[in-house]
Amino acid sequence: MDLKKLFQMNPDRSLYPEMGEDGKPIIDLSSHKFLKIWQGPQHPGITGNMSLELTVSGDEIVESKTHVGYLHRGFEKLMERRKFIQCFPTCIRMCVAEPDPNEYILAAAIEDLAGIEVPETAQWLRTLALEMARLQILLRSVPGQGGTFALGLGYQWGNYIRDLILDRFEELTGGRVYHMYIIPGGVRGLLPDGFKKRMEENLKLVDEFVINIDNLMYNNSVFKQRAKGLAVIPKDWIDTYGVYGPTARAAGVMRDVRKTHPYLKYAELDFEPFTTTESDVYARSRVRWHDLQTTVDLIRQIMAKMPDGGEIRAETPNVLHWRIPKGETYQKCESSRGEYGMYMVTDGSDKPRRVNLKGPSYTHANALLDKLLINANIADTAAIMVSLATCPPEIER
Amino acid sequence: MNIKDVLSPFTAWKRVARDPVTVKDPFNDRPGADRYRGFHKNDVEACIGCGTCEDICENEAIDLVPFKDPISGDSGLRPSIDYGRCCWCALCVDVCTTNSLTLSNEYTWVATDPDEFIFTPGVDKKDWDENEKGWKKPEGNYEFYGLKRVEMEHLHPEERSDSFIEMVKGYSKEQAQKEADRCVECGICTATCPAHMGIPEYIKAIRNDDIEEGLRVLYETNPLPEICGRICTHKCESVCSIGHKGDPLSIRWLKRYIADQVPSDKYKDILDTNEIENNDKKIAIIGAGPSGLTAAHYLVKMGYSVTIFEQFEAAGGMMRYGIPEYRLPYESIDKDINYILSLGVDIKYNTRIGADITLDQLGKDFDAVFSGTGLHLGRSTGIPGSDNEHVYYSTDYLRKITAGEEIEVAESIVVIGGGNVAMDITRSLARMQKVKYGKANIIATSLEKEDVMPADREEVVEAREEGAIINPGWAPQSIEIKDGVPTGLHVVECNSLFDETGRFNPQCSMDVKEFWPGVQIIESIGQGMDLSYISEEFKENMAFSPRGRVETNDYFQTGVKWFFMGGDIIEGPDVIHGIANGHKAAIGIDNFIQGIDFKAAK
Ligand SMILES: Cc1cc2nc3c(=O)[nH]c(=O)nc-3n(C[C@H](O)[C@H](O)[C@H](O)COP(=O)(O)OP(=O)(O)OC[C@H]3O[C@@H](n4cnc5c(N)ncnc54)[C@H](O)[C@@H]3O)c2cc1C
Ligand code: SF4
Ligand code: SF4
Repeated sequence: MDLKKLFQMNPDRSLYPEMGEDGKPIIDLSSHKFLKIWQGPQHPGITGNMSLELTVSGDEIVESKTHVGYLHRGFEKLMERRKFIQCFPTCIRMCVAEPDPNEYILAAAIEDLAGIEVPETAQWLRTLALEMARLQILLRSVPGQGGTFALGLGYQWGNYIRDLILDRFEELTGGRVYHMYIIPGGVRGLLPDGFKKRMEENLKLVDEFVINIDNLMYNNSVFKQRAKGLAVIPKDWIDTYGVYGPTARAAGVMRDVRKTHPYLKYAELDFEPFTTTESDVYARSRVRWHDLQTTVDLIRQIMAKMPDGGEIRAETPNVLHWRIPKGETYQKCESSRGEYGMYMVTDGSDKPRRVNLKGPSYTHANALLDKLLINANIADTAAIMVSLATCPPEIER
Repeated sequence: MNIKDVLSPFTAWKRVARDPVTVKDPFNDRPGADRYRGFHKNDVEACIGCGTCEDICENEAIDLVPFKDPISGDSGLRPSIDYGRCCWCALCVDVCTTNSLTLSNEYTWVATDPDEFIFTPGVDKKDWDENEKGWKKPEGNYEFYGLKRVEMEHLHPEERSDSFIEMVKGYSKEQAQKEADRCVECGICTATCPAHMGIPEYIKAIRNDDIEEGLRVLYETNPLPEICGRICTHKCESVCSIGHKGDPLSIRWLKRYIADQVPSDKYKDILDTNEIENNDKKIAIIGAGPSGLTAAHYLVKMGYSVTIFEQFEAAGGMMRYGIPEYRLPYESIDKDINYILSLGVDIKYNTRIGADITLDQLGKDFDAVFSGTGLHLGRSTGIPGSDNEHVYYSTDYLRKITAGEEIEVAESIVVIGGGNVAMDITRSLARMQKVKYGKANIIATSLEKEDVMPADREEVVEAREEGAIINPGWAPQSIEIKDGVPTGLHVVECNSLFDETGRFNPQCSMDVKEFWPGVQIIESIGQGMDLSYISEEFKENMAFSPRGRVETNDYFQTGVKWFFMGGDIIEGPDVIHGIANGHKAAIGIDNFIQGIDFKAAK
């Protein structure tokens, strides 16, 4: 044994673990050089119920395996036993924190298969609801990245404003968390009186928040030190691992369904999704900070452009025995985490034959996270996971 | 490291002097938004217990529980909700057929007993019952089912006012399916239909384009669907739950749609009646009206040999000899009746019980007898001049039209009566006047004012479209006769029909008079029954109501055990009651013959 090596103050970590010929680490737990620890399923750094089986050597992760299954509710399967209208309250829980894209892709799939044209006003209101959903979740996930490095203050600020946005959701949709607003055929209500004014007041707070969080987090030496250069996703992994949305845009790949495949009213709105190339935790967070500003701007544009009144729902067959012709479709939108889509197959009956959700967390938090965590420090696990905007409920639907 | 990056985070300190933004007083209520989806409320007086809310709830959080005795149009049930299951989606609110169900904006509820969270809104009183705010069905074009009826095409007045061609055209497949789509399958209609037809089931068959199944459902309770699909009084539609917010389903036209689709030669295959196993029991039926035909149909299917005795030369009773052809063409009547006869029912035409054969004789020759002889005696107003030979009863006249007899059609006619029968004779004679004189000149009147006239609204409107004058709210006083011929009718204004105690006691303004010229007068103020074929001896064993109606048990059995009666002489008067009675009586007769005990005659 090389004693010098053993007592060296700065051990050469690249020697551990030893790599086998297949490129995988040689891990012998009985060597006492490795330790297995579980992060999650109950852990403040895991946003939802999921767990990471980490093999560490010292404080360095040498292997990671994502385990899901703590949260399985089987929504896709449940929907096969629900009438189309009954899928509406079911689908929203597929991603709890940002429920509106669930509602939208379900409605869009049903409408596409049934050949239903959604009224103009309802399309504007849908666009608004989707941007409000993005706003409320970014108010959490932007400062939330700081939280993973123990910077809790920004999170408090963001959550306060988020609560005000939930107030707006409450008055528009009747619910704070499960909005159940984008219903197949249209939406469930026009803007209440005075909504735009109250929304604008809230948006001013967001403007202020954007500056404050810039000072608190992005120009913070500790945050920078820890986030910059951390968990870099090389550009060529973007396709290999199926990376979407802000995570892809941080690697210089323009992925934003709103822009690449405009839906609802996005083609009539003026915006340019932010891209950068560093592709580390800092860059990914920074992209979301820009997204937050884009969303504020979009909400202002929508409120200025949308008609005041109008029809909120297209005529549909009686929802109690709504049969949809045989067919299949894939409908998608841009969630705060990236492309969020639903594949639906119908067989002419009053229930979907198959529903499949495609969300970014599935690829981000399984294959990609496993890979990114190798050689990372245990203390950075939560930061890396959050930087991928992992939503465990969306993996397990 | 940039020095700015060390200092910049300290800018957060500038917020230290700000007021806290957290809720200062967490113990006081923060009311939910105006649209908040909070706890349920139900206006139990407006709710009809249709159960549509239960159907849509994907969490099966709703269960309909008894609230009061069912009445027509109200199941008597009310939704109870399990808050262990509910997700507050409010789909139940949006689908509610009466808008009785809403959500309040209340969202806090503390209880120690978990069972408390299963409650019946509106029945189990809650603090938020009076809360006006909270989720209601969104306004505007937001409906979960069609509220507008698929318009039925009719012949235009010009096309129909001089002909007896059927005026209602019937639905096409697309129209029928669209109309059938509106049904919420609550079954409130089934409870109200005298024959308890499986309405949601046959409407579903239309949606599924399974006409054969539709026909089978119809024949479970009604062997006259072509007829009922045209002229039924459709009590079902008056209670249809969709009617609370929109137009009730066109149940009657949907029934007709099914029957119209199936050619006669397919009936036996579809209804599986090619072979019927016979027994050796014989049943006699008096009268080939709807009640008699229905009893015959179900009895022959049970294996009995059935003989109908009918005084006229064709079957159908008032359906053939009363209802005019433009509403009910003879082919439709024949299609239904021929199928019943094809099952082996024997019919003896031109045979009047009481004259040609006695009831007593029937009792001896047969194991049981059903009588549905209807109301065929005309009633007179008895006003001066009403005994003139140019004053007729509407039913006699309608019968003659059917029989093709030569009848007098004067150039100017006055009809006394404002019910549906009066409209039928008015519209029939208006057509004949149009053919004979080139224009209609006929006035019909009723004691009742227009808004409470007994005739259906559409009858009045259509009669006017065809050129008849309908003049409600007048009381006939006398018929002016000159040289043995009427010249017209004297009337005075009639203001009300009933006194405070609810007794029939017309109040008229004797000084507001009119004289309506007419050389022919038709009285159409109702019909009476002729029970002269029942001997005194039998009558002694039968019970009668104070108003002179025979009383029967629930199976239409009279005090004379082998003698059952139904149709207009017992209940109604309309075709569907006759059908319901005939069906029930058939079951009663079967029980009677098999010696199965059922509630004895009153
Ligand atoms: C003008 C008119 C329009 C109507 N319109 C409608 C309508 O739109 N919808 C509706 O639902 N109802 C309508 N009705 C009422 C409906 O026709 C009757 O309620 C129904 O036909 C009654 O059926 P029933 O079986 O009791 O007797 P009926 O149909 O009256 O049949 C009785 C049968 O018994 C025969 N008969 C009677 N006495 C003897 C005897 N002693 N021996 C042998 N045979 C005998 C008669 O000839 C007749 O064929 C209308 C009635 C009239 C008069
Ligand atoms: S849908 Fe409305 S009317 Fe029908 S039972 Fe439910 S609450 Fe009552
Ligand atoms: S609110 Fe939704 S879950 Fe609750 S009882 Fe009504 S339909 Fe069922």
